[in-house]
Amino acid sequence: MTTRRAWWKTVLGLVFTGIMLFPVYWMFNVSLTQTSDLRASPPHWFPWAPTFEGYATALDQQLPALGTSLLIGLSTVVLTVLIAAPAGYAIALLNLRGGKVLSFGLIVAQMIPAVVMAMGFYAIYVRLDLLNTVGGLILANSTVAVPFGVLLYTAFMSGMPKELLQAARVDGAGAWRTFISVVMPISRNSTITVALFAFLWAWADFIFASTLNRSGGMIPITLSIYQYIGNNTTQWNAIMATAVVASIPATVLLVLAQRYVAAGVTAGSVKD
Amino acid sequence: MTTLAETKAGRGSTGGAGSDVPPAPPEKLRRRRPHGTRWAAIGFAAPLLVYLVLFYVYPLWRNIDLSIHDYNIRAFVQGDADFVGWQNYVEIFSSSIFAQALANTAFFTIVSIAFQFALGLALAVFFRNYFPLSAPLRALFLMPWLLPLIVSASTWSWMLNSENGIVNSFLEAFGVGQINWLTSPETALLSVTLANIWLGIPFCLVILYSGLQNIPEDVYEAASLDGAGAWRQFWSITFPLLRPVSAITLLLGLVYTLKVVDVIWVMTAGGPGSSTTTLAIWSYREAFGTGQPDFSPAAAVGNILILVALLFGVIHLQLQRRQEAR
Repeated sequence: MTTRRAWWKTVLGLVFTGIMLFPVYWMFNVSLTQTSDLRASPPHWFPWAPTFEGYATALDQQLPALGTSLLIGLSTVVLTVLIAAPAGYAIALLNLRGGKVLSFGLIVAQMIPAVVMAMGFYAIYVRLDLLNTVGGLILANSTVAVPFGVLLYTAFMSGMPKELLQAARVDGAGAWRTFISVVMPISRNSTITVALFAFLWAWADFIFASTLNRSGGMIPITLSIYQYIGNNTTQWNAIMATAVVASIPATVLLVLAQRYVAAGVTAGSVKD
Repeated sequence: MTTLAETKAGRGSTGGAGSDVPPAPPEKLRRRRPHGTRWAAIGFAAPLLVYLVLFYVYPLWRNIDLSIHDYNIRAFVQGDADFVGWQNYVEIFSSSIFAQALANTAFFTIVSIAFQFALGLALAVFFRNYFPLSAPLRALFLMPWLLPLIVSASTWSWMLNSENGIVNSFLEAFGVGQINWLTSPETALLSVTLANIWLGIPFCLVILYSGLQNIPEDVYEAASLDGAGAWRQFWSITFPLLRPVSAITLLLGLVYTLKVVDVIWVMTAGGPGSSTTTLAIWSYREAFGTGQPDFSPAAAVGNILILVALLFGVIHLQLQRRQEAR
């Protein structure tokens, strides 16, 4: 009886997932539709005669933007980990004075709207001539991930067995040595989680790109799609093809790294 | 581990990856430390402290500065804007858009969160027990959250397109006439809210699901022996035991929904008229959305948003304290 009931749930689960993912399917479907069929009424529910013209156009025009996004994403990851990991170590394991206040500050920092940050950065970048630069965009993007990273590292590291650190100290390792050869290797899953989110947020960023990099030579994919929609509303198959390509990192990470995310999350939670 | 639950959130609509749940107070081992440790702690935290001052405090201070001066692009570069004090704020509050933006923000936020939470909770309960394929299906539910917002927003725009959209075509089969989802003032706000609900469900699902994992199975077994049905079990066990996690989910959802820009901007740009203009969109539009940037009022609106966020930040802290005290 239980198995029958379980299969019934599976069917229901498939239906729910189907409904939930319908927009994703639709994006995929439209991306394969021929331009002449885009305005067909009713729309084609399935791409019976798939075409890759949308993808050809997309790749032809969007490759540089994809490269820029990749560069921004990876740089944001590096910057975030370099700042967040030592800070987490200081708060969680070195008993930094004022660590609690700092953590609260970081929680509040996460609540600050990106629009506000964008305006502040704009005002600063205008003077420093950092508008429309990739470096400026990387810095701005990292502000989303750094507070998250510090809080995550702090949470994970405060759950580390203290005996391990004492053992390192007995062996004569200083704070730096302990950090590099004991704490960081154990925190590997946290690093993966932080890196994952830093990358995804930077990759998906639209607000900073559309404010700080509006007329730059190197624009990220999100801004490129947005400008594409503005200029070229008829070629929705190409727009959706670009959207599919822009979703690849998310999909890859969902498939490959989901286990690591789950591992990082649960590792952080079993600490009592 | 409260920090995880709250930090996992993030992107535009409400976002966040997995999380886990109720916190145990961080028990720090108090022991005598060598003298160097304090300095080491400061040294390791130094990059973050410098970073926060340069890239948080300074931009926020510039933002306050913007809001009490009369800045335009020229004054921006030369730095000689006139000091106007509270005038920008007065103009904001007396603007005809203010009331509408406030009402739109309230509608967008409350409706989004109510549905995200209800649907996320229902799905979390549905996925709680193992069934064949439950894990991969649950993973697939993360998809909307992981996609770049611009991707989801443009997909929704095309689905809701008046002439060629799949939604209208579907409704037509039931004899419903053409609805101008995004171009009529009556339905535009509803449409962007709908898209935002879709975006936020995964976040609620993940947090609530991990909250459910922390409820011991034998509680349910005992209830089951006592003859409590599924409905009864939900209201007498799941719902009350999930309250702390629910509170955090709702609060974070609130804060993250307040600051949504991308979804609305891509779908309607705040229009038609001001029918989808929320406070965040208003700020964005004044500063960056028109040919003539008006930074000072935009900064004023932004600062009002920050105050609201701070208010919820404090509530959040209180909530966390109360949980830790338990």
